[in-house]
Amino acid sequence: MFIKRISGWPSTNWESPFEEVERMRRQLALLGERVKNGRSNEQFSGVYPLCNITEDPNNYYLRAELPGLKPEDLTISVTGDSFSISGERKIKVEGADVKYHRKEREAGKFSRIINLPGQIDVEKVEARSVQGVLTVNLPKSGSTKPRQIAIKCA
Amino acid sequence: METTGGLDIQAKKKTEYHTPAEQTRPGLVFTPAVDIYETDKEITLLADMPGVKAEDINIDLKDNTLTIMGQVESPKKKEEVDIFMEYRIGNYFRKFTLSEMIDQGKIEAGIKDGVLKLVLPKIEKAAPRKITVTID
Repeated sequence: MFIKRISGWPSTNWESPFEEVERMRRQLALLGERVKNGRSNEQFSGVYPLCNITEDPNNYYLRAELPGLKPEDLTISVTGDSFSISGERKIKVEGADVKYHRKEREAGKFSRIINLPGQIDVEKVEARSVQGVLTVNLPKSGSTKPRQIAIKCA
Repeated sequence: METTGGLDIQAKKKTEYHTPAEQTRPGLVFTPAVDIYETDKEITLLADMPGVKAEDINIDLKDNTLTIMGQVESPKKKEEVDIFMEYRIGNYFRKFTLSEMIDQGKIEAGIKDGVLKLVLPKIEKAAPRKITVTID
């Protein structure tokens, strides 16, 4: 006890003075992982456009924020279990007589394919764009829908 | 003229706005990406604010500080469950300091397909008035 106090090591183990540092490093790594994964389990593919997918018992809903894109700038297609979107975001470039202070909005082409978590009914897919947010309604096909099974008594 | 340079667009995470003051409304706040350009007559601001309805935009210009706010409601229905999330939803907020005098009465604002367009006309400089001194 006395030795520990004069040496100043916070660790109880005199043999390995870096044990405390190692323990802290482990805890920080764990904390970092928790912050990264735990918070709204956000994923990032880095492919434009970023998409969110939700579901209810009958449908999958795919949403993407595409500000400034008109329906004619977009091409959407679906197969049984994948969704693909491509298009081009155009931004009007002003003439030489204007002075730009900020230019943060980006233009360019994009194309993306997303695998859906289950089979969908291709015929009934609907898409609409409201306030720059695209919502695609993807009805689940019969086999993907949850089916409640009644338990029979013997 | 519309150009994109034929380049592929890069996906970007939304930038979270960290308010210096405590927020009165719950939820996340993001800074919208903007383009600002100026001509002799006016300053134009374009901001990407997807999901914001015209009635949920708040624009304020006071003491040369321009504030734009946009409230976003989650498009999700009650029974929807998240399965794959790449972007987060929240309100938009951004503040600018303007160096030019703006004619407050002539500001025009409009939102289309999630892009806010704000036209801020500059106050016309008073034409120098010649004063002739008459001698009695």
